[in-house]
Amino acid sequence: MSTGTTKLDVVVSDVVPVNDLVTRFHFRRRDGQLLPTFSGGAHVVVEMRDGERTRLNPYSLMGSPLDTREYTISVRRDDVGRGGSLFMHNQVRPGLEMVVSYPVNLFSLDLRAKKHLMLAGGIGITPFMAQTTQLAAEGGNFELHYTCRTASLGTYADVLRERYDRRVRLYHDDLGERIELDRLLSSQPLGTHLYVCGPAGMIGWVRDRAAALGWPSETVHFEHFAAPQPGAPFDVTLAISGKTIRVGEQQSLLEAIEAAGVDPPYLCRGGVCGQCETNVISADGKFIHNDHWLTEEEHRSGKKIMPCVSRFEGRSLVLER
Amino acid sequence: MAAKSIISRPVYGTLSPQLGRHHLFVADAEGARAISDMAAKAPAGFFTDAHIIYIAGSGSEANVVALEALGPAQFYQGPSFASALPRLKQTLTNAHMGLRVYLAGTEGLIGQAMQAALEAGIDHTSMLTEHRGSLARRMQCVHCKGITENVTTQPAACSHCGLLLLVRDHYSRRIAAFQGVCINAEDRSEIPPIEEAFP
Repeated sequence: MSTGTTKLDVVVSDVVPVNDLVTRFHFRRRDGQLLPTFSGGAHVVVEMRDGERTRLNPYSLMGSPLDTREYTISVRRDDVGRGGSLFMHNQVRPGLEMVVSYPVNLFSLDLRAKKHLMLAGGIGITPFMAQTTQLAAEGGNFELHYTCRTASLGTYADVLRERYDRRVRLYHDDLGERIELDRLLSSQPLGTHLYVCGPAGMIGWVRDRAAALGWPSETVHFEHFAAPQPGAPFDVTLAISGKTIRVGEQQSLLEAIEAAGVDPPYLCRGGVCGQCETNVISADGKFIHNDHWLTEEEHRSGKKIMPCVSRFEGRSLVLER
Repeated sequence: MAAKSIISRPVYGTLSPQLGRHHLFVADAEGARAISDMAAKAPAGFFTDAHIIYIAGSGSEANVVALEALGPAQFYQGPSFASALPRLKQTLTNAHMGLRVYLAGTEGLIGQAMQAALEAGIDHTSMLTEHRGSLARRMQCVHCKGITENVTTQPAACSHCGLLLLVRDHYSRRIAAFQGVCINAEDRSEIPPIEEAFP
């Protein structure tokens, strides 16, 4: 059902290689109309029809929120992932008709902030492309710190430096450059909000230091697109729809539920938004919770599961749905 | 505390030590005891990064001794909120992220200190508050916009235009005051019984 995400019929208008790992995709509406407006930090879920299989991956919109003639996303190729990014890189060509969701923003700017401090790691730069465009248009006060492995993998680093000059600071891992995080966080004026998007380790590090240094949690925003982890296949019974299904090794529980013809709500497909939360009716086995949504107590209770990223090992599992 | 009839009516908590680089306290005589109570739960050395702004009012000297004994980096004592405001604003202007704000005492004190901190960019949900002492309200007359301090009765007369006002639970963080609305607009000779509602 993808709550709040009515679908858009689009056509791929351009495919642009950015560097060794990243390719940019442009979408326009098939009917030639403007696309729905969005705010910096929003993502769309892209449907990929790969033979028998439909993949649904979320990608941040990186174009200008002020120009809705097209949506642009950047996809980092993951050769050992579950295949969504490889499908985008290998199968998607200009002219291909695709379906994307309406934009959803789970990483929006808090426009009450006096200053916006942004920390990006790797492909985590994409939401900041749109956010900086939005803020620059409004004369907003922002500062972007961007870490990448090497200069050549600094996706859009040159674009950002050209647009915003010294408001962008780059750090290259291969040169041993590292964000001086404590000093950076401690020198920000009162009323600053912090935004971080990148690998899970970076998000954890930044959130921990910010909390330790007295940043109220309301001022710390983060986004992490966790891909569902593979694991041993398991069987699930869905109580309301009366179906018993098998979740494959490379399939997420949410995908298996969708493949069985049940249409559960979702927004992020990454274990952070809470939309797909499902009640557990009974379980005999062990949960592998990979989400950031449920509390530790809820994880231990065995009463709830986030089917987009979490798995199960054991004899039986019955879910409401 | 008054019943929660309107959602804008502030809800207060209990002060507790937060992680942070600096800690700014604003308290009046009653609120000073909330700081002392919190200090019992604070880790050693907590107050070495603290700044206490104490508005004595007619409060006792014993509070000053207790607060100074906590060993704050800075301690200020003033007779009224107005006298402390320039110092509060200056502190907020120079502050960086990592400053935590703790407000304790009457609603009027908490509200006005919060107003200054809001202007400096701190979200109201990020501040710790503890209500102590009188329930007296700071009230804005919705007709003449005048503010009357320390309103304890219901209804209450506006000290600016003289209208008799119903003191509502409708609270404005922007002006740090409850709203007072004329209670006898149809017939000004009608004077309902005046009760001590916010002792």
